[in-house]
Amino acid sequence: MSGTDGKAAILGNIRRALGRGELSGAARAECEARLKEHPSNLIPARSKLPKAEQVELFVKMAEAVKASVTRVARDEDVPGALVGYLKGQNLPSDVVMAPDASLDRYGWQSERMLSVRRGRPEDADQVGVTGALCGVAETGTLMMASGPDHPTTLNFMPETHVVVLRAEQVVGAYEEGFNILRARGATLPRTVNLVTGPSRTGDIEQKIELGAHGPRRLHIIVVGD
Amino acid sequence: MTPVIPPTTSHVFRDNSVKALANPQLQRALSNIRRDFVDSRGRALADLPEEEYAALKAEAKALKDHTLAHLDFYLERFAAKVAETGGEVHWCATAAEARETIIALCKRYNAKTIAKGKSMVGEEIDLNAYLEAAGLRPIETDLGEYIIQMKGDRPSHITAPAIHLTKEDVGDLFAEKHKRPRKSEIPALVGEAREMLRPRYHEADIGLTGANFLIAETGSSAIITNEGNGDLSQILPRAHIVLASIDKIVPTLEDALTISRILARTSSGQEFTVYTTFSTGVRRAGDVDGPAAFHVVLLDNGRSKLLGTKQEPILRCIRCAACLNHCPVYKSVGGHAYGWVYTGPMGAVITPALLGIERSGPLPNASTFCGRCEAICPMSIPLPSLMRHWRETEYERKGAPAAYRHGLGLWAFVAKRPRLYALATGLGARVLGCFGRGRGRFSALPLAGGWTGTRDFPAPEGATFRAQWRAAHGRG
Repeated sequence: MSGTDGKAAILGNIRRALGRGELSGAARAECEARLKEHPSNLIPARSKLPKAEQVELFVKMAEAVKASVTRVARDEDVPGALVGYLKGQNLPSDVVMAPDASLDRYGWQSERMLSVRRGRPEDADQVGVTGALCGVAETGTLMMASGPDHPTTLNFMPETHVVVLRAEQVVGAYEEGFNILRARGATLPRTVNLVTGPSRTGDIEQKIELGAHGPRRLHIIVVGD
Repeated sequence: MTPVIPPTTSHVFRDNSVKALANPQLQRALSNIRRDFVDSRGRALADLPEEEYAALKAEAKALKDHTLAHLDFYLERFAAKVAETGGEVHWCATAAEARETIIALCKRYNAKTIAKGKSMVGEEIDLNAYLEAAGLRPIETDLGEYIIQMKGDRPSHITAPAIHLTKEDVGDLFAEKHKRPRKSEIPALVGEAREMLRPRYHEADIGLTGANFLIAETGSSAIITNEGNGDLSQILPRAHIVLASIDKIVPTLEDALTISRILARTSSGQEFTVYTTFSTGVRRAGDVDGPAAFHVVLLDNGRSKLLGTKQEPILRCIRCAACLNHCPVYKSVGGHAYGWVYTGPMGAVITPALLGIERSGPLPNASTFCGRCEAICPMSIPLPSLMRHWRETEYERKGAPAAYRHGLGLWAFVAKRPRLYALATGLGARVLGCFGRGRGRFSALPLAGGWTGTRDFPAPEGATFRAQWRAAHGRG
């Protein structure tokens, strides 16, 4: 009975239980307004800070959930920071990178050891590099939206995920990130990921173990101050 | 093929509990709850000022109550938005309709293998058994669900399905099923599961996930996970099916975020869960990954009839499991004693609603009425009074057991006669006080086996309450 009949049955059951017919009048207008205006609820005060302190809070919260963070001052420092991180972790310097034009500015060819392929990852790829829509100071969360420039598989398949985030991309709360997306278009991208630290599981004896299915390591390079 | 469905045993909760208490392996596994869940919840809450947590809780309750009062409106708006973004909503009043819909979708996409993220609604409708009976191959990808699927168990906890097993149990199970050398340490076991499951995501034709939220404003479904398996399950296969019950709807993204903030803190003690993912429709022009088809199977299965009744508050439940983790009964007997898929205090309330009180009569008694579940509930669900209400329903249906009725009748006879009452209680207190001196409690008493079978009875100290009152106030 799924489909149209199922719809009529479920809506009928709900309306009978609520003791009314289809929603109308002022009550309907109130619900319509809530969807249109999407009013904000309480946002914890701790991220309401000047920009520089928001960036500091972002870094502190990200490190608290076992992401690692490197801060660099200039664009040209980014490739070196990536290579340095990979070397420190004994990881190969072959990376798969999002085909995101905003990552072109960093001049990756300056690091001759680095081999960069742009596109979506395969199982053999050990390191993925992407940008992000924004960083959320409240909990050290990265917000990433799918699109031709950012395959979602890059956020989940490689064991190591490196994110290049510009300091000015740090916002206080998740709500600000969604407002950036709302300003871009009426429909959300297919996938919006809020990522707070590397993958983990507590499913065996409630002991936390990193790298359950998604990345074992999440490294964030914050550019600028 | 006939589906192989584990029996529900909620109606024999007492027998299940006796067996659970006598099972040393289970008791060892359950001791992990105390150590970890409860401690970390306290830490995460400490990072948020108390008044902010209280305000978030109040907003979360209010927004859920508002949504439930206008549930038809928000569900219709959600379905319209899903259609706008290239997806389809399937309205299913019963578990059978949901299963048939999912099997029909598998046929439509010529699918054989289904990668599954964790879904309690999937457990509720015994989805795997029916998929297998239809010749399909469901693969659980959440580590806990993967373990219990392998073992043929039901989940014993709503967020940590394999909490009844120790690492030794998992080591034995993996060695047997994976046919690899036995591993005994948790990192090695997690690594082995990761390695075994990764190729499965690619083989899967369909990814099926549950939902923590359905968002009316955008037509999105959202999942909140720590492992990333739910994400791999939905972005690698060519179709994504979301299985969700009607109570998962919220009006806006802001509303979903408010509940997400309290869910992480109260469930696992994290400031925010690792992956909060919003999925909207199908992959867009130019996207290089993501599913080409998006379906939401929307299930009622008896929830709508709770609206407007005393049991309505249970529809606010966000499945955080704080009530399980803080329940003295759950922590003593574990989840399987509850006999179905929902466990602990929330299970004792929702099981009678979904299965029927006649199949789950003893569950509302699975409580000491200590009130911790209600105090801890982030959605302010009055769990003890909802359990009490089910007790009343069960009492009206078939009355209390004979021993209980006769005992209560005798007590009423004595209590209505003050002198007799004073004589009986005074005598009782003196006799028990005499015999119980020394240890201060009894481990066995004649006629009180129902009490002393599972706990000690304290020995009275001094005179009865009425005698002490008279001594202090000079009258009776």
